[in-house]
Amino acid sequence: MRQIAAEDISKAIAELCIEANYGLAPDMCSALDKAAEQESSPLGRKVLGQLQENLRIAGEEDIPICQDTGMAVVFAEVGQEVHIDGGWIEDAVNEGVRRGYVDGCLRKSVVGDPLERVNTGDNTPAMIHYSIVPGDKIKLTVAPKGFGSENMSRVFMLKPADGVEGVKEAVLKAVREAGPNACPPMVVGVGIGGTFEKCALLAKKALLREAGSRSELPHIAALEEELLKEVNEIGLGPAGLGGSTTAFALNILTLPTHIAGLPVAVNICCHVNRHASRVL
Amino acid sequence: MNEYHLTSPINDEDLRLLKAGDSVYLTGTVYVARDAAHKRMIETLARGEALPFDIKGQTIYYMGPSPAREGRVIGSAGPTTAGRMDKYTPQLLDLGLKVMIGKGRRSDAVHESMKKNGAVYLAAIGGAGALLSKAITASEVIAYDDLGTEAIRRIEVKDFPAIVVIDITGRDLYQEV
Ligand code: SF4
Repeated sequence: MRQIAAEDISKAIAELCIEANYGLAPDMCSALDKAAEQESSPLGRKVLGQLQENLRIAGEEDIPICQDTGMAVVFAEVGQEVHIDGGWIEDAVNEGVRRGYVDGCLRKSVVGDPLERVNTGDNTPAMIHYSIVPGDKIKLTVAPKGFGSENMSRVFMLKPADGVEGVKEAVLKAVREAGPNACPPMVVGVGIGGTFEKCALLAKKALLREAGSRSELPHIAALEEELLKEVNEIGLGPAGLGGSTTAFALNILTLPTHIAGLPVAVNICCHVNRHASRVL
Repeated sequence: MNEYHLTSPINDEDLRLLKAGDSVYLTGTVYVARDAAHKRMIETLARGEALPFDIKGQTIYYMGPSPAREGRVIGSAGPTTAGRMDKYTPQLLDLGLKVMIGKGRRSDAVHESMKKNGAVYLAAIGGAGALLSKAITASEVIAYDDLGTEAIRRIEVKDFPAIVVIDITGRDLYQEV
């Protein structure tokens, strides 16, 4: 059993919250740069130029990329040979979020009860997804999620007979309805298969995959390519003001599913697709 | 598509100039309010009390900033989705609200009320909060301090960039793309 201190988890989470909110990963930056060169609409190019400038200012002047610094979605992949010392992992993660959002001048965007709606004041609790994995390490990923795009995400419980055409229709419907609300250019995370809840989680995980990468399954890779092309042909464009760049990336993850079902989840993310990871 | 440098609050004559698709650079005073502040304003009106600021002819920017670092005016400060304010908006338009700044689509009811009241809806670039914060030169919480980032603020802006999405004739740029 390898010992990992709860305090080390808190420290890592706090740093990851800050890192994710002040700069994007290289894959997202190059997707933006590439789009700025290729965008067909003059207004679209102007918007993409402003987004490049925004990233530069965020990095150089220590201002969060977006004021919606998100709800802290945390993926914790915990090696089964790890023992956590000095506290419960859930408390440690939330302590990290608290410190990250307070010390990092990040916005506190969480209400404690969905109906009474009083702000918790420190952006806790995090939405944590655990998985137990082989080995003696912990991999932590913080993916702050803004709700302009989260609100436009959808789960469709399709019938097997709907097939791949049904999947395409569902994705295009979600993107069209998201429109300018989701701060395009978007990153579209798609989950296909599993159960209702697993499918939604797949879609969220799909957002973590590198922009421009392709599924290892040839038929899914082909579907990703085709759907990304169709999404961009919608013509929504940067900021929804028209143009050829509606999405930077479209990533699909799949799971086995039931003989009676074809769940499809579409998790829409904006151009501020933030995530940062660390292995302890 | 024209480009205008206007003083905020925008006067009626200038409002008539603006067409969907035009670029606007605003300089002057703007009020900031989002979900929770709107809910509270409407509750205030329902009790027969006055709003915390005189809304006639004014501009509301739908925004909830990140905290300002020491010595700075404001944190990141980009627009939030306007559609969430749709439920409350016609009542504010009837009281004289003239300009809204946000991002995303508006409801049919808001479209109608805007036409009736001669109001315009501008989009600021969503997710450009760092860039937009540079156009804000002063910021003060004027009401509902307990709402944190959702408090009502009065801000001063200089050359704040926006695009006309819905003009006073009811033309909607989003519907044309
Ligand atoms: S959808 Fe994304 S870019 Fe737009 S305001 Fe929310 S977090 Fe920011």
